[in-house]
Amino acid sequence: MTELTRQHTGFLPSLRRVGALVLRNMYLLRSSGPRILELMYWPTVQMVLWGFITVFLVNHSSWVAQASGVLLSGVLLWDVLFRGQLGVSLVFMEEMWSRNLGHLFVSPLRPFELGCALLTMSLIRTLFGVGGAALIAIPLFHFSIFSLGLPLLAFFFNLLVMGWAIGLLVSGIVLRYGLGAESMAWIAIFAVQPISGVYYPISTLPTWLQYVAAILPSSHVFEGMRAVLFDHTFRVDLLLHAVLLNVIYLAAGFASFLAFFKNARVRGQLLHVGE
Amino acid sequence: MSLPVVSVSHVSKRFDSIIAVDDVNFDVAPRSTTALLGGNGAGKTTTLSMLLGLLLPTAGNISIFGVDILRDRYRILPRLNFSSPYVDLPRRLTVRQNLTVYGRLYGILRLPARIAALSEELQIGRFLDRPYGQLSAGEKTRVVLAKALLNQPELLLLDEPTASLDPDTADYVRGMLESYRARNGATMLLASHNMSEVERLCDDVIMLRAGKLVDRGTPAELLTRYGRQNMEEVFIDIARERRLEITLDPGQAVKK
Repeated sequence: MTELTRQHTGFLPSLRRVGALVLRNMYLLRSSGPRILELMYWPTVQMVLWGFITVFLVNHSSWVAQASGVLLSGVLLWDVLFRGQLGVSLVFMEEMWSRNLGHLFVSPLRPFELGCALLTMSLIRTLFGVGGAALIAIPLFHFSIFSLGLPLLAFFFNLLVMGWAIGLLVSGIVLRYGLGAESMAWIAIFAVQPISGVYYPISTLPTWLQYVAAILPSSHVFEGMRAVLFDHTFRVDLLLHAVLLNVIYLAAGFASFLAFFKNARVRGQLLHVGE
Repeated sequence: MSLPVVSVSHVSKRFDSIIAVDDVNFDVAPRSTTALLGGNGAGKTTTLSMLLGLLLPTAGNISIFGVDILRDRYRILPRLNFSSPYVDLPRRLTVRQNLTVYGRLYGILRLPARIAALSEELQIGRFLDRPYGQLSAGEKTRVVLAKALLNQPELLLLDEPTASLDPDTADYVRGMLESYRARNGATMLLASHNMSEVERLCDDVIMLRAGKLVDRGTPAELLTRYGRQNMEEVFIDIARERRLEITLDPGQAVKK
């Protein structure tokens, strides 16, 4: 056997095994036009819709007129969060739809490595989907989200990580409750949209909801985005809040996924995936 | 005497009020082929799932190659593999892509050569570049077997390995499994409803009924003990609790 295989030892995840799962999903994307189309479809539709709303409001709203990109930036950054979460959940559900979990978990693949592969695929899908929409916005509305500069990177990764955390939680829930719970993948993230201040300042919310918003990384990111657009300042304090919260969120996301995985082994759900 | 490859000690599995496996004990000797037999719901698949670590037992211990799989299963996973009709492969991926992904998961060196060798052995070469989902049931069974042999496992767990195969292909697969075991000194544990398959492949048979281990022996011993001509009749006797008060000691079997 030693001549046939190369075994990874050690505590850290095996990049080869994570890479194997990423390759599996790249094969899938390559073979499926609808899946590729879906990546860019909604980000583009949202961007076009909000682009025209912006065009209208620039002439009718002094707030939007001060920073005409505020709505489009909100739309595109919100989609980073949404696509980040959906990327994790959908890629995991692909394994459930194909009844492949049993083979995966009898291979040397560890659940943590599966999680790393999910995050990698989510990054690729988000870059492709939201990146495409962002590029289309440039000729269509003469707006480039890349004009946010380096802060855009900080916003992007913070929203992506929050999406990962929620995606891992949702994947665990679908593993626990079966594919009957798969709609969670599409709806879960929208529970935080109203209190993330995507299109309006957090101060718009009732006071008690502002406290809830304060524990969401996304609300700090969108406040930071408006600070760049309106005040041309980068709020490091908001970034630090978002990063600290995301560390907790990601750890909780992985912990919940691993707990649901263990529960699935108790209940026999890795072999019999169903509704 | 060599250590058992698989050692199952007082293993039980309970799903709420249902006892799927009830205080089962057995060892599997190196280089043997052991059959887990029993009717539907007897606990075969549940037992195999626990051996694979996909399911956690409610009580008891399982060790494979001397390693407690409840505590350290990742140490022995590279040394085993399995196939089951209850688990599929991604349908949109071609056979070659599926084998490539699993080859990488198992860390197979010179993977294209390994896939080519298995393609020839299992006669899957002509549909290597077709999506797995477009294959017939028999072709899928062979592909899943190819996946199960990728890492040249020392322990092979097979759940109904010839399900959905026509008699000719099933016979070919049995021959291939026999030669694989002889060539590699592998140990095999299989669950099957095909009694001629059990008679041909297995040198040890474990009979389960309602989650309990109710009898055990070589096919020849069981035929003698039950006074039957073939394993099919033995299976029916045991499933219907006929003829014998079963004990695990062949010498103590008592006719009803």
